[in-house]
Parts: sequence; C-alpha cells; structure tokens
Amino acid sequence: MENSRIEEQKDHKKLPRWVIIAAFAILLGFLALMGWGLRNAQQGPVQVGQKVPPFQLTSFDGETIKTEELQGKVIVVNFWASWCKPCEQEAAELEEAWQFYKDSGEVVFLGVDYVDTETEARGYLEKFDISYPNGPDLRTAISQIFKISGVPETYIIDRNGKLAARKIGPFISVSEITSMIDSALNQ
Amino acid sequence: MIENNTTLFQKRRLFIFFILFSLFFLGSPNLVFAQNDFPTDDQVNAIAKELYCPVCENIPLDVCPTQACAQWRALIKEKMIAGWTKAEIKQYFVDQYGDRVLAQPPARGLNLLVYILPPLVFVGGMVLVYSNLKKIKKVPEKIVQNPNIDDEKYLKEMEEALKVMNKKEDLS
Amino acid sequence: MLPNLGYGSLVITLIVVIYAIVSAAIGERKNLYKYVESARLALLLTFPLLTITVISIVILLINQNYEVQYVYNVTSSTMPLYLKVTALWGGQAGSLVFWAWLMSAFGSAVTLRKWDRDLDLLPWVIIISSVTLLFFLIMIIAFENPFVRFWSLPSGGELVAMFGPRGSQLINPFDGRGLNPLLRHPGMVIHPPMLYLGFVSFVIPFAFGMAALITGRKDDRWIRLTRRWTLVAWMFLSIGLILGSRWAYDVLGWGGYWAWDPVENAAFMPWLSGTAFLHSVMIQEKRGLFKRWNMILVILTYSLVIFGTFLTRSGVLSSVHAFAQSAIGPMFFIYIGASFIISLAFLIKRWDELRSDGEMTSLLSRESLFLVNNLLFMGILVVVFWGTVYPLISELFTGQKVTVGPPFYTSTTGPLFAGLLLLMGIAPLSAWGHSTWKTLGKALWIPATGSLILLVVMIISGISSVGALIGITLASLAAFVTIYEFWRGMKARHKRSGENYLEALWKLTTRNRRRYGGYIIHLSVVFMAIGIIGIELFQTETQGRLAPGESTTLAGYTVTFQNLAQFDVADGRNVARAVLTVSKNGRDLGELYPRRDFYYDSQQPMTIPGVRSTIEDDLYIILVNWEQISSLGATFKVFHNPLINWLWFGGILLVIGSFIAAWPDPEKEIELAPSRIMRREPGKLGSKP
Repeated sequence: MENSRIEEQKDHKKLPRWVIIAAFAILLGFLALMGWGLRNAQQGPVQVGQKVPPFQLTSFDGETIKTEELQGKVIVVNFWASWCKPCEQEAAELEEAWQFYKDSGEVVFLGVDYVDTETEARGYLEKFDISYPNGPDLRTAISQIFKISGVPETYIIDRNGKLAARKIGPFISVSEITSMIDSALNQ
Repeated sequence: MIENNTTLFQKRRLFIFFILFSLFFLGSPNLVFAQNDFPTDDQVNAIAKELYCPVCENIPLDVCPTQACAQWRALIKEKMIAGWTKAEIKQYFVDQYGDRVLAQPPARGLNLLVYILPPLVFVGGMVLVYSNLKKIKKVPEKIVQNPNIDDEKYLKEMEEALKVMNKKEDLS
Repeated sequence: MLPNLGYGSLVITLIVVIYAIVSAAIGERKNLYKYVESARLALLLTFPLLTITVISIVILLINQNYEVQYVYNVTSSTMPLYLKVTALWGGQAGSLVFWAWLMSAFGSAVTLRKWDRDLDLLPWVIIISSVTLLFFLIMIIAFENPFVRFWSLPSGGELVAMFGPRGSQLINPFDGRGLNPLLRHPGMVIHPPMLYLGFVSFVIPFAFGMAALITGRKDDRWIRLTRRWTLVAWMFLSIGLILGSRWAYDVLGWGGYWAWDPVENAAFMPWLSGTAFLHSVMIQEKRGLFKRWNMILVILTYSLVIFGTFLTRSGVLSSVHAFAQSAIGPMFFIYIGASFIISLAFLIKRWDELRSDGEMTSLLSRESLFLVNNLLFMGILVVVFWGTVYPLISELFTGQKVTVGPPFYTSTTGPLFAGLLLLMGIAPLSAWGHSTWKTLGKALWIPATGSLILLVVMIISGISSVGALIGITLASLAAFVTIYEFWRGMKARHKRSGENYLEALWKLTTRNRRRYGGYIIHLSVVFMAIGIIGIELFQTETQGRLAPGESTTLAGYTVTFQNLAQFDVADGRNVARAVLTVSKNGRDLGELYPRRDFYYDSQQPMTIPGVRSTIEDDLYIILVNWEQISSLGATFKVFHNPLINWLWFGGILLVIGSFIAAWPDPEKEIELAPSRIMRREPGKLGSKP
C-alpha cells in the first residue's frame, strides 16, 4: 500500500520545465534543418547576378587555373561528361566559339568534366578537337558551387565575378553562345 | 547508346589485348596465363559492389546499368590491371568523385555523428526503460501461482482468458 | 468538359471540407450536436465529390486527352489499358488526388460508425481528418493540379494553365511521353495504393488519439475504437512494403529487394512505429499502463507518414524513386511544422492526466517484455531515421554529399532485429502481470530444445556464418514457440470438448482471433526472417561474357547461353532477349530469358531478370551487355539467392494473419458497465474537461 502511494506521488510530479523546453527545442531545431534543406533544394543553381565563389580547376594537362586570377575577364564554365550524349551536340559549337574569342584575351573557357573517367574524357576531347582547358571536377567541388542539376550546363561569369548568364542543357548554335558571351562582355 | 557501348568495350578489349601482347614479349608465358584472366568481371564487381554510382542515387556500381557506370567499371578494371589495390582504387574514386561514392561516410569530422548518435539515443532509451522497470515492486514469491502448467490448468486459464477477452472484444 | 468537371468537383470538395471544419468547430464550441451532425454529413459528401474527380482523370487517361498536361506526362498511346488507368498514381498530381480520395473514403467510413457513446470525440475526429484532407486539396489545387492543359495563345506563345485566356486554343499533342518504364509492372499497380491506404488509414488512429488528447478523455476508449483501424493500416503498409520489395526484386535488376533508399525508409519508418504501437496498445488495454507512450507513438506514426511523404516529394532528399521536384515543398513544410508543434503542445498539456492506472509488477511479465520490444523498434527507427536524414545534414553543414548505404543499416539494425526475434520467442509465453524465470522456463524448454537441436544440426552441416546461426536459431525459437502455443491450445480444447484436432484448432483461432491472428503474423515474420537471412548472408554472384554455347556455373547450376535476339514490340519497346538453358547436376531445368527493354517514348532502358524460383533458392540472371551482330556473345550477371521465396511466402501469411486478427466480430456492441459510459443529454455533446 505504502509503495503504491509513493508511486502515485511520483506520477503526480509535473513534467519538468526543462523537458518541455528541450522537446520543443529539438522539434524546432529539426524543423529548421528541414527548412534549410528545403530552401537549398528549391534554390536550384547559382542565380544570375550572384557572386560566384572562387574555385580552381586542374586541367588534364596539369595546369592549375584559379578563377581569382582571372578577374576582369569573362569566364565561360561548361560542365560536361564523356558519357553524356547531349554534351556531344554542343561540343563542336563551344570549340568554335572559343576559336572566335581566343585571340581577344577577354574571354576564358573552362571545361569542367563532371564525374567522368579520364581515358574516355581524353578521347572525347580528342574527338571534338577541343583546345580550351578542360579538367576533372575533383570531389565534385566545382559542380557543388554551381549546384548543377546535370550535364551539360554552362555558366558565364562577368568581369566582376558575378554570374551573367546560364544555360541548362546543350547550346543549339554558335550564335546562341556568342550572343550570351557578348552581352556579358558589354556589361 | 548500345552501339556505343559495344565499340567502347571492343576498344577496351583491344587495348587490353595490346597490353597482354606486349607483356607476352616481356615476361614469361606463365605470367601471361596468370594475367590472362585478370581481372575477371567478378573481381571487378567485388570492388564495384562497395562503391556507389556518383551520378545516380543510391545504386551500387556493380549493378548500375548506365553507360557512365560501365565506364567506371572499366576504370576499376584498368586500375586493377595497373596493379592497384582495392584500397587505392577506392581512394582514387573518393578523390575524384567525393565521399558519396563510399557506401558509408568515412568516420571523421561531422560524419562521426552517424556512428555515435544512434547508439547514444539507444542507450538513452535503455535508461528510460530501466527507470520504468525499476519501479517494479518485489512481488513476494508466495503470490506466484503454482508454476506447473499442466494441460487441465492451462485449459481452464485459457477458457477464462477467452471469456474475459471475448467480453472485452465485444466492446470494440 | 471533363477537366472542368473534375476541377470543379475538386474546388467544391475544398469548400465542403472547409465547411465541415468550421461547422464541427462551432458544434464543439457551442456544444450543439446539430452542427457536428452537419459537419459529419459534409465529410461524407467529400467522397462522392472526389470520386467524380478521380473518374474524370481516369477517363482523360483512357481517352488519351494529351491536351491535359498530366495525361501527356504519364501515358502514351502504346500503353495497355490497365497501365493507363493506373497512371492515375503514376505521377505527382494524380497520386495526390488518389491520396485525397482514399483519405475522404476513410474519413467517410469513420463517420459512419455508431457514435452514441463517443460523441465528444466526434467533432475532433472530423476536424483532424478534414484538416488533413484540406491540406492535400490545397496542395492539389494550388500547386499540382492534374487538369492543367496546354494552350496556344493568340499572340503565338504557349501556356500551361487550367483555363486559357480569351482567344487561346487547346494544343493537342500527338502522343504522350509515357509512364516511367520502371512503373510499368504489375507490382506497381497495387503497391502504391496499398502504401497510400496504409498511410491514410493511420490518420484515423491519430485523429482519435488527438481527439482524446484534446478533449482530455483519460480512458483508453480511443485505443479500443481504433484497434482495428490500426491493424488494417498496419496491414496495408506491410503489403505495400512487401510489394515494393518484390517490385524492386523483379524490376530494378540488381539481385536485391531492399536498398535502404530514402524512399523505402520513408515508408518503413511509420511501419516501425506503427508496429511498436500495435504492441504497446495491448499493455494499455490489459494493464492501463503506458498511456503517454501510446499517445507519443500514434503522433509519431502520423508525423512519420507526413514526413516521409514530404521527404520523397519535396526534393529535399534525392533518391531513385523520388518524384520530380515540385512547388509543394514549402506548403508541406508548413503543414508538418504546424502539425508537429500542435501535437506536441497538446501532449505536454495533458501529460499529467495521462498517468498509468496500474503498475509494473514483474520484470518478466508480458508488459515488461513489450516495453523492451518497443525499445528495440524505436532503436531501429532511430537508426533508419538518422541514416535517412544524415546525408542532408552533411550536405548542409559541410557541403559534402555522402551516401549512407546498406552496410550501415545492416550492421546497426541487425542485432536489434535479432533481439526482436528473441522476444518473439519469449514474450508469448510470459503472462500479464507477472512471470518468473520458473514459469517461463517451464513453458519455454520444449521449443528451446528444438531450436538448440537445430543449431547443432546447422553447425554439423557446416554452416559457419555466426549471423546465420544466431538468426536461424532465434527465428526457429519464435516459430516453435508459436506452433507450441497453437498445439497446447488445440490439445486443451480437444481434451475438454472432444472436438477433433482440426475443429479445435479452428475454434481456438476464430474465438480468439486477435491473439492467434497475431501468432500467425509472428510466424510470417519468421518466414520473412529466414528469407532475409538466406539472401543477405548466402547470396552469391558471378559475372562473365558468354559466347553462344558457352556456359558458366554458380552454386551447382550450369547456365548455358543459347542465343540472343533483338526486336521491336508493338507497345513501343525494343527488346533484347537472351535465351539461356539451366541445368543442375546434369538435369535440365528449362530456359531463362533475361532481357533489356528499351522504351522509345521515355527513352529509358529497363533490365528484366530471368528468374527461376524454387522454395530453396532463386537463380536470377541479368543481361548486362551484348554484342550487336546477332549474338556474338553477351555478358550476364548471375545471382544465386537462397531462400528468398520464404520472404514472399511470409508476406502472404502476414496478410492472412492480419485478416484473422482484424476480422470484425459478428456480435453487435454490448453496453458497457454504466460507470464507463458518459451519458449525455440528447442533442448535447459529452461533458467537457
């Protein structure tokens, strides 16, 4: 009998305040996390006008290119992969555009090879005679900066390091590429 | 895509053949026989099984049907022929494609949470359960009914239980 | 026009649901039954209204009205009729409508029961089911309208909208894009409805639990009322999970059935908490304990249902099965936040009132063991939850994507599952109230001896995997105990009444359905456990390129490649189909046809394995690759999956057991003892706290 009375008293104890606060804190923390994740997922790729964080690309030829050192130039970042069929549609056009701007020294083309195998990637570059620097996206670091959703995607960074334009999917013509770059140059 | 695959594989076989051919002239014939089967698809898959496709979600590399994955399997084969160990190949994949190619996050930094939190919560749960069980009162041995369960007795108990339960069931 | 009819019906449903909520709230406030009755009728009306919407979509799908975007996205002219109909749940918008329709069906069903004794709960049950329904309706109408159509504007542009502006015309595409080929499987026809049924029917126990929480009713009436709902919900969810595994096994072509993928986990988590709930409600019914815990569990289960849907449909987590990203994320997020916070607030408010009526008296009593059972289920839940959510955390905090794959889950949940098997062997023999080692030992020794003999036999026969030895021994213990329980009961009846054994067994089971149905479910779990142990621990595989006439061997089977043919099929596929002959010990076992289907409309390939299934093992062959010029050779991957069929067989048994346990009693309700009934005046609701 005595025992049961003690039991009753124990149970009568109110829920301690700290438990309540902790329960709500955990719940709200969890919700905040989900909200953050959701915002990230909804945001999609880098927005036009946003500052693009600096990154570096080590090309297949061993050359290291740092975007910080390219301030004042327009940078064309093209994501591709050798296993990506649509990438092949725009490969020749990109090279043609590069040939057009190459001598001006105002525009830099960077090919970022997204999760690919080196042998096939080199074969791809050879097949399309691509001459601008290309390199693997090590640890997918660069694609995560741009939050790409797939390949091919192309991002054009203006002279101030801000995103000027982006193209999801392959370019259809050279003029489409050059008009994008020209408007970035004229900004 | 299919045609492409095939030519790719044929190319690769040619390439391997070339390597083997040169080895034939360099090394002893025994070596060639040893090398001839190496690496078999099974040996490649043994490594691919522990890696995840970097572009598709949650699909192990050994069973992923896309062309990209076929290329990665070929890459593993290439590295194996080059004499790389399993650990080296896995590390190469991590360096190239990031941590997500591993089946489990490497246990360092924030990732430690993956391995620490569930046991911690479970221990917490055990403490809670224990604190509940601790309230159990010692029931004097006398109260415990005759532990013999013979059929007659069981029958009675069962019929009683049935009666009680039937009554209770009727309520719902 | 049909889209307008379906859409109009949707909008009317929305209004009706809002009315139901308002009216029920007024009735509850003013304590007037007529308002609640009106709300009840309104909720009842949602089902026929949504049925109109569903029928409209189905007709649009069958008639190939490609001007409707949803129809364009999920069907194509080459698809057979049954797939066109089931494309209803093949895409985001349609599946949301389907979900809402099921929700309204369950909501209606629950309002049709006799409410005389629980009138105080009624308004809240109506409000909670209606709010859930309302949420889905808003999502459909605002973000995922299945009736939006393609319009060409007078100015020349195109528009996707419900109604085109003045002067615009409908665009009628020639053909649709077709259903994702992965979903073109008979399993996919029943799997989503089962899963949705499971999800939706868990809303009902939650609604009752919350109603009890809000009104402050302290008795366990809500648990008794929802027992069958819970069981039915649990059964649907189980069937959904099993069918999903079967589909993965048949279609995904990787030799497995469960990948611990976020979407799978999302459906598995409510199942875990639901299973814990099914067990722990028994403690409350029998002993008046754990009232708080049961409330937590039912809230948790509902939250996990909503949370899982959120995860898989908002694009927060990526997965093989995930729906395309859509705008419903933020809306979903708000709903989740609101429902979590409100539930928690009420739980805390009523915490003190939800005291246990009884107390634990023995460490080995049934209730103590159930408590341990709950601990293990929660342990598994925590692991699965954490593994599912962690990649998101990692990406947010470190920017690094990670995979939390099967090795993590199997190593952490393995011991917990083993613990559950052990409990399944012990708990049925322990008594409510109190048990001792002595009483338990008396009952346990015969089955335990059986298991030990089996263990010795296994060791002698050369099985060296520790996991398998422990797993099979524990599973066999659970099986023996369950069979022993049946046997004892049957024998007792036979002795007592002279019924023959079969009759005794039948009467035993039918007169105590809940208990013996539960035992059958336990047996089914044993079967599934054996199947899982078989494939997880003893799966072997080999891969190799075979020229015609060449063969490879695996686990005693010899597989010989005969030929390969590639051809087009009328339903829009290109099929590469290999013919292999299988033999074992020189005996011919027939042919297998692994194939690769390529769907032209969606430009997707699909790998269909060739499977030879027996009770002891499956031979599972995948066509990996082949050479073009009429079968110079092809690469095959061959899996040997021991005992996998036990998993599917266990699944069937589980359904049978659930049916037995949930089957309604023929007798009508009997009035309870007067003390337990809260009498109320006609036209008034029950006393409020």
